[in-house]
Amino acid sequence: MSIIYFLIGCSVVLALAFLLAFFWSQRTGQNDDLYTPSVRILIDDEPDTNDKK
Amino acid sequence: MTESIFTQKTLCYHCGDECLTTRYTLEEKSFCCHGCKTVYTILAENNLCSYYSFNDHPGLTRARTDKRFDYLNEPAIIKELVDYTDDNLTIITFYIPHIHCSSCIWLLEKLNRFNAGVLYSRIDFLKKQLNVKYDPQKISLRELVELLFDIGYEPLISLQDVIKKQNRANEKDNLIQRIAVAGFCFGNVMLLSFPEYLGLSALEASFKHFFGWLNVLFSLPVVFYSGREYFVSAWQNLKNRVLNIDFPLALGIAVLFARTAAEVLTKSGAGFADTLCGLVFFLLVGKFVQRKTYHHISFERDYRSFFPVAVQVITDGAEKPVPLADLKVGERIVLRHNEIIPADAILLKGEALIDFSFVTGESIPVSKTLGEIIYAGGRQTSEAIELEVVKPVSQSYLTQLWNNEAFTRLQHNRMQTFNERVSKHFTIVLLIIAFGALLFWLPTSLNRGLAAFTAVLIVACPCALALSTPFTMSAALSIFDRNLFYLKNTAVVEQLAKIDTIVFDKTGTITTGTDNNITLSGSLTTSELQLVYSACINSNHPLSRMISQYLGKIDKLELKYYRETPGQGINALVGGHDVRIGSGKFVFGEFKEIGNQTRVHLLIDGKYCGYFAFKQNYRAGLRQTVNELSKYQTFLISGDSDHEKDELLPVFKSFDRMNFSQSPQKKLEFIQLLQRLKGKVIMMGDGLNDAGALRQSDLGIAVTDNINNFSPGCDAILDGRSFNKLPAFLKFSKSTVSIIHCSFLISLTYNLIGLSYAVTGKLSPLTAAILMPLSTATIISFTTVATHLAAKKRGL
Repeated sequence: MSIIYFLIGCSVVLALAFLLAFFWSQRTGQNDDLYTPSVRILIDDEPDTNDKK
Repeated sequence: MTESIFTQKTLCYHCGDECLTTRYTLEEKSFCCHGCKTVYTILAENNLCSYYSFNDHPGLTRARTDKRFDYLNEPAIIKELVDYTDDNLTIITFYIPHIHCSSCIWLLEKLNRFNAGVLYSRIDFLKKQLNVKYDPQKISLRELVELLFDIGYEPLISLQDVIKKQNRANEKDNLIQRIAVAGFCFGNVMLLSFPEYLGLSALEASFKHFFGWLNVLFSLPVVFYSGREYFVSAWQNLKNRVLNIDFPLALGIAVLFARTAAEVLTKSGAGFADTLCGLVFFLLVGKFVQRKTYHHISFERDYRSFFPVAVQVITDGAEKPVPLADLKVGERIVLRHNEIIPADAILLKGEALIDFSFVTGESIPVSKTLGEIIYAGGRQTSEAIELEVVKPVSQSYLTQLWNNEAFTRLQHNRMQTFNERVSKHFTIVLLIIAFGALLFWLPTSLNRGLAAFTAVLIVACPCALALSTPFTMSAALSIFDRNLFYLKNTAVVEQLAKIDTIVFDKTGTITTGTDNNITLSGSLTTSELQLVYSACINSNHPLSRMISQYLGKIDKLELKYYRETPGQGINALVGGHDVRIGSGKFVFGEFKEIGNQTRVHLLIDGKYCGYFAFKQNYRAGLRQTVNELSKYQTFLISGDSDHEKDELLPVFKSFDRMNFSQSPQKKLEFIQLLQRLKGKVIMMGDGLNDAGALRQSDLGIAVTDNINNFSPGCDAILDGRSFNKLPAFLKFSKSTVSIIHCSFLISLTYNLIGLSYAVTGKLSPLTAAILMPLSTATIISFTTVATHLAAKKRGL
């Protein structure tokens, strides 16, 4: 059953990694604006036909 | 009589306003003004017409086309505005009030299509902010702002940069991180505690210590990082000899941690690590929920955010932009159409037609004569004028008003919240029970005494109590929000429930600021109306514009002669007829206006044809709304003269309840008087002339038709459209308070159940671990459901 020690160690490390990832996203402002991207994604790109004028 | 001439209304392709002439058409699209047409042209040139495909009429009306951004060339001003700058990159954040739809996002994020100097542009839609990175070598700040202006998105640039202040506040606050840490530890500790609850066999006893140690380890960041503020706050309150809810919370956290550590160290038990982490986690979540912020409204704006950044000063015959702070007495300044008077000044040149709606709420512009002093805060609505500054910006009438005692004084007269009152008694009772348990068991066994003492503090830790207010209030706040009533913070809801006196301001509060009621007295033939329309359409005066709008789209006749005396009237020769339109004095020479309306008289070929009367509209359902408030004392207080006294009598019932011709100072004193008579007063007002009264009152509500307006000194902002919901709001706030009382009872019940275990000293970690989350869950679901039900009952 000593494997439990190892497994718990693994799970904590993994969870810590997620926590740090969250901190990183928070620090770099990824959660600052939770609304605009939801609108932005619905806007279609127009065809690039006469773009270079 | 006039109905016959209403033809099909054409809406402007750009902004959706009604087109009054057929003058501006392009590619079969009609525009209301030259400005809108220009914006369309610019977009068309850059192949950006998809702008119009996402929404109908996404633009802002562009009746105004003059630019005044010269001041953005001043390095000193640029430095104040930008977030970051070096040789090749400048970052700036604009606040653009007009951002309102997906077309805005689409267009503003394509700024580099207009100018390659723009490297990056991103919108924060809710905050109405535009973040731009650009190359200052290729495009200057002024050009950038002009570009935004040209496409119809004029940024609001003001001295007090609200945006930056808000951003900084967010950075400092790491509540979310603290929640994340607490949540992380909570989850892990729960997992590690389960085996203990489910029972470990003798074989697995070694795990027990391992798990115990891990639990203590996980509790460390929860107590010393996430829960730190509770200790700080409790300590500060103790120093100020106040017992608030943070004290029992801090005590609970400390005792939980001490006991867990002790049990694990002495191997005598599993401790309460999961209860501890859960407690801190839920508390912080409650705090997060309570802290609702409105990105699009700022309660902290002061007069500086309203004033322009710079003003054009004439020195040696040349105009030069000067930052407002450097403006000195005796300097000559130039103000153009739509600019704001930054300091009290004497009119030297030009026709001043000043819109003081911001200061007084009065929407019809006032005309001023040469040599008259014009107070700061008005907006020039006609041609350019020259003024001499007589008082520095900081000492002007408006700023003086702002710096009035009432604004700087700290708020001590605000009511205590229920939570504050209860937690004091709660803490005392809790300590008595805890020490009672300790003393009771002490003769028997020290250990059992300590166990009982700590168990009482753990079980009675007022987690549910601390959560009941934030969750109820935030639910209430979102309901208010949905009904266009924006509260500054959650404490305002409770204050709202305690009110017994309501004082209304008149102009702009119970009247609508924008649409005036136009009535035409006298009978005019269609052709006569055509003459009037043809003359009025040429004038930019607000009244002329309202008349043209009122008449709708008529074919315009050619003018032979046209002369406008600004602020007075129009004299025109149309289709062979001599038309004079304007004030009584302008039309008849000597004339004394009867009645108390604003009137525009019509004289065609020397024959008097009647007049247009402009009357302020009362808000819809005013009378009914005030009637529904019969349980409250209602008063009217107005800066205007009393000519609408009789009309308002049915609303306010008695002349004693209506006060007219009150100065801002008098309004403030009136509120003070009511408060001395033990009234809890709501002041409903708008504009700066009510600011003192708003601040003095127990609850200041600013009523406005545009929530982005400047509303100083208020605790809440009410959108004019929801004015008639005021009685419902007040009733709902009372229900909210009852809900808090109920949830308090529920949490007390849980505490009593827990206490019955605790005083015996035999509180098992499992009981605590079940009781704590269970009470929390009950409280959260009860408050949320009850609040929404209460709102539904009130029709909100």
